[in-house]
Amino acid sequence: MALQATYRDAGPVTVVDLSGRITLGDGSALLRKTIRGLLQDERKKILLNLADVDYIDSSGIGELVSGFTAVKNQGGELKLLQLTKKVRDLLQITKLYTVFDIYTDENAAIRSF
Amino acid sequence: MTAGAKHLEITLETQVESVNLAEEMCLRVAEAAGFGEDDCYRIGMSVREGVINAFHYGNQERPEKKIYLAVDITSEKLIIHVLDEGRGFTLADVPDPLAEENLLSTSGRGIFLMRAFMDEFDVVTGRTGGAEIVMSKNLPVPGGNSTNGRGGEGTAPKQGA
Repeated sequence: MALQATYRDAGPVTVVDLSGRITLGDGSALLRKTIRGLLQDERKKILLNLADVDYIDSSGIGELVSGFTAVKNQGGELKLLQLTKKVRDLLQITKLYTVFDIYTDENAAIRSF
Repeated sequence: MTAGAKHLEITLETQVESVNLAEEMCLRVAEAAGFGEDDCYRIGMSVREGVINAFHYGNQERPEKKIYLAVDITSEKLIIHVLDEGRGFTLADVPDPLAEENLLSTSGRGIFLMRAFMDEFDVVTGRTGGAEIVMSKNLPVPGGNSTNGRGGEGTAPKQGA
């Protein structure tokens, strides 16, 4: 399924709800465009909700890392919410599980910023 | 080739759509061969990463170049070959994506994922002079009591090099 992205405000935090696959091509490009767009709007506290993302390939992982770095370089924070098992496993074996701040509860994630 | 062995091959264009096409084709083959859901995911992901590697690094995204995908099913394993028309590379030269200095790299995890998800993995020089990825997954054991289809491994991917 092609990636879809919508975002909403939760106080100072922007929650981005993603659904579908983050893979080479349109999926990775949409994630990049979404994060860069938020940064342009001065939204620098970003929570990516991955509850409905069941597939990420190396290109998608690279885009997550790229977004994380871009937000951090602008003085913001990018955190992850509700990983599916496949995505969690991928981040664990690539050692990125310790790089990202990851939450299972949205309210707790929002409070953490 | 032994009795009952099967061979499929397809020539792919150097374009993003080929990645999905290759993944879908190999997923169907893996399902037909009896692999469970978890192993199908790993095989599909590995094929995906192999073709991405050929598309991006091997063929440098040049549309005049081709990607050659072949799948063999023997009595023991599913074997996948992904050949490009690039200059080839040596596995020893591929940076370790788990090294501290590479953790925040935005690329370079494809080889690692293929190694982690498949039972055997190697890169050789193919007939085109480009890199040929050769990787295999042992067929599930009929009657196995694993939750992973007809007898694969657990659900968590194994740690690879």
